[in-house]
Amino acid sequence: MHDWPYETPAPLRTPSSDEPKRPRSSGLLRWLVACVALLVCSCSRQGILDPQGPIASAQLLLLLNSTAIMLVVVIPVILATLGFAWWYRSSNAQASRSADEGYEGRTEFVLWSIPTLIVILLGGVIWISSHQLDPRAPIPANVNPLRVEVVALDWKWLFIYPDQGIATVNQLVIPAATPVSFRLTSATVMNSFFVPQLGSQIYTMGGMTTHLNLLADAPGEYPGFSAMFSGDGFAEMRFIAKAVPAGDFDSWVGQVRGSGSGLDLPAYAELARPSIAVPPKTYRSVEPKLFDRIIEQTLSGPRGPTSAAWCPPAQQTGG
Amino acid sequence: MLGRLSWAAIPLDQPLPLYAMGVVGIVILIVLGIVTVKGWWPYLWREWITSVDHKRIGVMYVILGLVMLLRGYSDAIMMRSQQAIAIGDAQGYLPPDHYDQIFSAHGTIMIFFVAMPLVIGLMNFVVPLQLGVHDVAFPTLNSVSFWLTATGALLVNVSLVIGSFSRATWWGYPPLSELTFSPDEGVDYYLWPLQISGIGTLLTGVNFVTTILKLRAPGMIYFRMPVFCWTALAANMLIVAAFPVLTATFAMLLLDRYLGMHFFTNDAGGNQMMYANLFWAWGHPEVYILVLPAFGVFSEVAATFSGKGLFSYRSMVLATLGICILAFMVWLHHFFTMGAGADVNAVFGIMSSIIAVPTGAKIFNWLFTLFRGRIVFTTPILFLIGFMITFVLGGLTGVLLAVPPVDFVLHNSAFLVAHFHHVIIGGVVFGALAGINYWFPKAFGFTLDERWGKASFWCWLIGFYLAFMPLYVLGLMGMTRRMQHIPDPSWRPLLLVAELGAIVVFLGILCQIAQLYVSIRTREQRRDLTGDPWNGRTLEWSTSSPPPAYNFAVLPRVETIDAFWEVKRKGLTPVEEVYETIEMPRNSPIGFVIAFFATFTGFALIWHIWWIVILGLLAAAVTVLVFGWSENRQHEISANEMAQLERARLGLGRPA
Repeated sequence: MHDWPYETPAPLRTPSSDEPKRPRSSGLLRWLVACVALLVCSCSRQGILDPQGPIASAQLLLLLNSTAIMLVVVIPVILATLGFAWWYRSSNAQASRSADEGYEGRTEFVLWSIPTLIVILLGGVIWISSHQLDPRAPIPANVNPLRVEVVALDWKWLFIYPDQGIATVNQLVIPAATPVSFRLTSATVMNSFFVPQLGSQIYTMGGMTTHLNLLADAPGEYPGFSAMFSGDGFAEMRFIAKAVPAGDFDSWVGQVRGSGSGLDLPAYAELARPSIAVPPKTYRSVEPKLFDRIIEQTLSGPRGPTSAAWCPPAQQTGG
Repeated sequence: MLGRLSWAAIPLDQPLPLYAMGVVGIVILIVLGIVTVKGWWPYLWREWITSVDHKRIGVMYVILGLVMLLRGYSDAIMMRSQQAIAIGDAQGYLPPDHYDQIFSAHGTIMIFFVAMPLVIGLMNFVVPLQLGVHDVAFPTLNSVSFWLTATGALLVNVSLVIGSFSRATWWGYPPLSELTFSPDEGVDYYLWPLQISGIGTLLTGVNFVTTILKLRAPGMIYFRMPVFCWTALAANMLIVAAFPVLTATFAMLLLDRYLGMHFFTNDAGGNQMMYANLFWAWGHPEVYILVLPAFGVFSEVAATFSGKGLFSYRSMVLATLGICILAFMVWLHHFFTMGAGADVNAVFGIMSSIIAVPTGAKIFNWLFTLFRGRIVFTTPILFLIGFMITFVLGGLTGVLLAVPPVDFVLHNSAFLVAHFHHVIIGGVVFGALAGINYWFPKAFGFTLDERWGKASFWCWLIGFYLAFMPLYVLGLMGMTRRMQHIPDPSWRPLLLVAELGAIVVFLGILCQIAQLYVSIRTREQRRDLTGDPWNGRTLEWSTSSPPPAYNFAVLPRVETIDAFWEVKRKGLTPVEEVYETIEMPRNSPIGFVIAFFATFTGFALIWHIWWIVILGLLAAAVTVLVFGWSENRQHEISANEMAQLERARLGLGRPA
């Protein structure tokens, strides 16, 4: 995507050497510009470019800031590389040459200092941002956080709302402008829970709990998925994180409680069987302490319903 | 009798692998046929297969790497095509079962059987020549290393035909790679070849560390070694330190899979996080094992084609050793998202970005080597310039990923995929291709065609940017890696551009093949009779092209950095050489024989055919013992013989 030294017209070139190359170089240039334009056009604002919460916004800002800090050095280096390569080409009679320099202590010092200063600056940014945006850190707000327990299954997401006593599959409904405090585990292999527009992802691992805090600023539907390959159904292990106004959330909870079946142990065993592209589903009630029991089950090994339900990869493709 | 192996292992129901098998089989038959008809077997056996000459072994490593590049590339184009087709309602042509094998094989092959052989091959060929010595410290062991690596490559390819490859990604992380979730032979097809070739790599590391520390031309103190030798030393020290970790980690996973242990399982006290830590304790140094020698190549190329010494040799050495040490202190940045605390993440983030300091210093050193130089635009220097621009951008995205909160949104995304291809293609592959173009005349005595070389450079460069810039954008738009099916139709244009880029890269590969073909056809016009086609600076250019088996009849005496340049600068004419008796190792089939048994043992281990395992191991052990007790391992070249050899070689008819 970069101009190449001997394709750019140079003032010092003699017309005769310039002539045969011109059409080719402008063609290449036009082609490159077209490619860049295509890239820019197809880059719509989605994913982490379209943050919808404080965590994601801070992360995008951090990404842009860090890029800017580094571009301060990177752009001059690229230009100097092209410039030096062009100017000191062997056919350039004007360039001054030197066969061998001795050691230039001062130059060396400067050359080491430039990346060092950049890294010191970035190091500060890393230290501060790592603490500010720690996935475990609660998000300050006036309202109490909503607690959600997340279980990665083959190949769908189970969301348990312990305080509401309900559960959903592949559909995460949360109140907007309310912090959500997640506890996460996996009843199967490693996965990673990720809603790009809300920010940070975190691994889900069998027999272990991880923690994550997110917040959606405004109502909306934000795609989420597993960001850690987990087997045949991985590509379809997607869900929608739906942020609704706080009042709507309570009515949604009421609606879930009033319909469908409950998630007791047999229902969970059925759910834990491998399945691909599972449509969203809700459960009116949840077996008490199901999240902790899943961790125990995962720890106790192949006799538990989760693992026993596991069968070799099916040949059918996902729907 | 045959363990788990049965006719069901041959995928007769799947057309795609069958076609691949058929094509590969026909190509192999044609090659074998030609070799047989032309009667080349005795020559191949004598001069190549049993050769313990570091130059021949280096060339064979590079050939292995290039052949496997074709395999790795076909995986890549299949993945790109699947992602360009399977969007929205379309499911593409690869079911998950097959797609998952392909991306697992692509990563495994590209790292272990393309990048590693290319880099090790260049080190093999160049290091003893640059050090001004006859051979490596353990020539026969070198042959064993190569053939064990080839065994690994062969076994991985056998999985195309018999059984299936791993579906648990190139790093085979548990519990996905445990028996519970990957019950078939796939993961074993990943683990055993890497265990076998890993032994080969470790032996290479031991061999080259010893060579560089103990065998150097008279007067070549450490601070007169060419920078490529420094980077080779650093890379091989990393191999010696890191590869045992990989072997031990895989051994634990194998114990889980074969003996029902619980190192990394979900249950019974297993800890999957430990695998991630151990794997990346090897995995990050591995990045530098690959890229440091590439840096070395670029240092040689920059100095030679600028016609001046490398700017700030001591900075370059310091930076190399700094990277070598820092490489072991950053592994956790591969899993910031595992939930370690802010302190841990921040420390590893800062350590990771610190690597940018010595790397940045290196970039500046190359830049200032170009400064006020007399730059000759050959293919290698084009790769250098392409590398410098590409690598600083790849480094930029790397440091971005080292900022933990940024990694929280980019981890495992297409952005990450773009980043590591950015540094591995822009760094390692460009380095290897520059090195091949640079040292080819030394290896074969004639130069490579520049026009095809430059065409291949432009295809690689443009193809790379077309293929991976869209992935950066897609990563930012929320596309994660390893997806067999793309949910969002708005990603289609970018995926098509990436597909186009992969095709342009293929044109680059075709140009390289054309370059080889054309150069071999016109080799008589492009003979390098001086031994020094580029006006080089280091000792490998002081001997003939190709060098004799013993490299130097008399070891050169070294008084400065760039020893050969100094000789040319002072205008020293070679005085009448005083020859001494030297000892050279005899060719030995031991490497090939051990690898032959290792192939059967590895295959039998994958399929649980225990009697072959026992026989194979016994046979390999006996081979080693027989070699160990043989006494006829070296032959002397007496001073008189040497004088005759040299006269014949240099075409001097006069008597001594």
